[in-house]
Amino acid sequence: MRLLRRIWALAAVPTVSILLALLLGSLLIIASSLATEKALNPLLPLVAYESLLQGATGLSFIDVTGGVISFAPSINPEQAGRALTNTLAAAAPLVLTGLAVGVGFKAGLFNIGGTGQVLVGGFVAGLVGGMVAQQPVPIAVTIAILAGALGGAIYGFIPGALKAFTGAHEVVSTIMLNSLASFVIVGLVNDIFKIVGPSFARTADVGNAAMPIVFGRNGNLGIFIVLALVGLTYVLIYRTPLGFEIRTVGANPSAARYAGMSPRRLIVLTMSLCGMFAGLAGAFEILSLGYYPAVFGTTIGFGGITVALLGRAHPVGILLAALLLGAMRAGAPSMQITAKIPIEIIDVIQGLILLFLAAEAVIRRLMRGRAAPVTPGELGTVSKSYGETTV
Amino acid sequence: MTESVPESVTAPVPESVTAPALEMRGITKSYPGVVANNGIDLQVRPGEIHALLGENGAGKSTLMNILYGLATPDSGEILLDGTPVAIKGPSDAIARGISMVHQHFMLVPVLSVAENILLGAETMANPIFLDREEAHRRIVELGTRFGFDIDPDVKVGSLSVGWQQRVEILKALYRQARILVLDEPTAVLTPQETKEIFAVLRRLADEGHSIIFISHKLYEVLEIADRITVIRRGKVVGSRIPSETDEDDLAALMVGRNVQLVVDRGESHPGEPALIVSDLRVADDRGHEVVNGMSFEVRKGEILGVAGVAGNGQEELVEALTGLRRPTSGAVSLTGHDVTGSGPRELQRRGMSFVPGDRHRFGLVLSFPLADNLVLTQYDEAPFTRGFLRNDDAIAEWAKRAIAEYDIRTPSATVPASTLSGGNQQKAIVAREFSRKLSALVLDQPTRGLDVGSIEFIHRQVIAKRDEGAAILLVSAELDEVLELSDRIAVVYRGEIVALVDGPTAEREEIGLLMAAGRRSIPPVETEAGAGAGGSAVPG
Repeated sequence: MRLLRRIWALAAVPTVSILLALLLGSLLIIASSLATEKALNPLLPLVAYESLLQGATGLSFIDVTGGVISFAPSINPEQAGRALTNTLAAAAPLVLTGLAVGVGFKAGLFNIGGTGQVLVGGFVAGLVGGMVAQQPVPIAVTIAILAGALGGAIYGFIPGALKAFTGAHEVVSTIMLNSLASFVIVGLVNDIFKIVGPSFARTADVGNAAMPIVFGRNGNLGIFIVLALVGLTYVLIYRTPLGFEIRTVGANPSAARYAGMSPRRLIVLTMSLCGMFAGLAGAFEILSLGYYPAVFGTTIGFGGITVALLGRAHPVGILLAALLLGAMRAGAPSMQITAKIPIEIIDVIQGLILLFLAAEAVIRRLMRGRAAPVTPGELGTVSKSYGETTV
Repeated sequence: MTESVPESVTAPVPESVTAPALEMRGITKSYPGVVANNGIDLQVRPGEIHALLGENGAGKSTLMNILYGLATPDSGEILLDGTPVAIKGPSDAIARGISMVHQHFMLVPVLSVAENILLGAETMANPIFLDREEAHRRIVELGTRFGFDIDPDVKVGSLSVGWQQRVEILKALYRQARILVLDEPTAVLTPQETKEIFAVLRRLADEGHSIIFISHKLYEVLEIADRITVIRRGKVVGSRIPSETDEDDLAALMVGRNVQLVVDRGESHPGEPALIVSDLRVADDRGHEVVNGMSFEVRKGEILGVAGVAGNGQEELVEALTGLRRPTSGAVSLTGHDVTGSGPRELQRRGMSFVPGDRHRFGLVLSFPLADNLVLTQYDEAPFTRGFLRNDDAIAEWAKRAIAEYDIRTPSATVPASTLSGGNQQKAIVAREFSRKLSALVLDQPTRGLDVGSIEFIHRQVIAKRDEGAAILLVSAELDEVLELSDRIAVVYRGEIVALVDGPTAEREEIGLLMAAGRRSIPPVETEAGAGAGGSAVPG
């Protein structure tokens, strides 16, 4: 009972944010029906969310035909297997980029550099994967994944070291490093690592280093690695002395120094760890794709911010939040086909969730007394870190 | 005094004559697990300074929060001038003439005095622009009326703490407060500033304002209050008039048992020097040298007190000794090892414990559970860490023991440290730092802001540690505390030790002079004995 209450205290604001975002999203969907169907269709959101759910899980609860809603739960086992695999595959990289932001929150750091770290991790994994393409699968995959993780870690180490030794704020430096990574990598692929043959610039095939499929059409090894990492991260943060140090630095850097911890070391370490998570996400994406394309547009880096905030920077919360966003991504095509709603509505809803999360105080007022205040809130950590003097 | 006025000045005015400006009747407020206020009655008359006395966590803050509309009572009523009112929130309270001056000032340092006062109570010339001239005129007028001339254009950040407090009071007066609540107003003031603020308060009361004065300091309450209400564990346990009570009586009422205001320190048996500091120089954040070559030693089993007006290098000295700040030159040795420039971790390994002056900044992580705070400096040692993992069972067990041994009042070891009262937070730090195997102990303001019960407890623990052979350095802005505990006293002035005197025979006045002027004054002709003739004093 007490555990339930504690979970609710943590989950209340994210839950309400999701519901409000879906509600507001449904208004947008109704409005969009004006353009597509030339008439207001108040039932369209139901149709849309229904097909979204079905596309993501294979489950169906209601039947909307001819303007009549009827409750008709059904499940299509074949579709369910495919849909759930899609959801997991879409969620896995988001869990990683979520951890890349969430673990940073624990140390009082706001890692906006997920995008850059994903690109570097993916690029390094793609390059190294191309080099080991002829090696036996286990060796090739392991080397390529580790290379991607290392690449991301180094790209996280840079803003960490800048913060620890010069006081440069990580928000500013990681944003700049994002641009740097995307432009430099485009140049590198176009001018140096481009292979002859394909109609667009890309690196060599990763061959045997391609992400092994373990089940279904796209149930890859990465999903299992991610699950293991969620467990390991939980243990690291809450059950080890190092995790205690990271949390102490995040909550009160002065007390950390007093207690004999080294905030500098911990900031560098945590940022490297965050970069490693994002780098892994990039590696998984590229190794699934099979090569690194010069223009690799990815939103999972920023998606990680939503995931981390929605998941309250807790590894389990991040897992659940990533599953939700992954499900939305996996179900979106089916929604587009059935309800004729542009797939981008998913990004709109995701943006709305973030907006409501940021307006935590407003949400709390709406549901005053329902949830105990959580201290320090993740956004509180963030805003605090702006005013903080360097260690 | 004429025959037509029968009452003496100090006697309480009969109720029939003056209706109370404020009356709180049967206020009860429960929080989960604790009854913070249990049927509290409080009457404050116009022109009265009414002191509210109670231990940390006795329920004073809850009562004042209810008055200020920050909390709603479960039962009971509030009457202003005899009329029942429902106070809906701070703005409603202010509109009804109730103002609060918080212990931590709510001022914007970069704004001027006038701008700070106007914030939230803007005097408008028209719907768009402020009427600055009118505002200035009123501020100056209020200041003159209550005896402090203040320039409304000065930036608040450049004012001393004492003057900032006056700005807070002005802020309340500008909002036409009739009832002023001051929450431990003297905690941050020097004795001189305290005296000045008391004059201001007396003047306010003479003009008919009612003042509720919250404090831990018994002698201050006796000095300023017309009436004293004592609260213990959510209940009013007594009401006193200063002329009919004394410190011991009040302390006993507050704590519920007889309290030794001055602990029996017994004999000390100093051994060899454990902490040796030679020609230490330390710079502050701006690079100014604020510790100018201090040399002293603390022997095992002795308490060396450091007396001085705040800001004479004590803070930097403590930070340098505990590894938080690197000295610019000089040497520090701890039990024979050179530890100059060592960090906190290395010092802790060598047996140094430190009770920091700012417990919220350094001593605790307020958002963490109490149990985590109790291992903040030992989390990575056995038995709290086993292999790669924390040993939560061992931590919980130690927390249970610490809570019992050090009388930390808390619902459980898992609540955040922020929910504890100041005294219990300090006890938690003391529990943590005193339970380590220690050779030297640095105490920085160990009892700041605590009630008499907690002070007594912590002083006893300090004496016990001394008797176990620890070398203790005690830095405190409370001269009384230094005098009560120290075996020797080092007086610091402008970053130097200007005198080292024997503790038990030290004269309060002599130390006070040394603190204020850095030297013993040349004895005036009319004094019978020279102040410097103590004989025990050896200039550092």
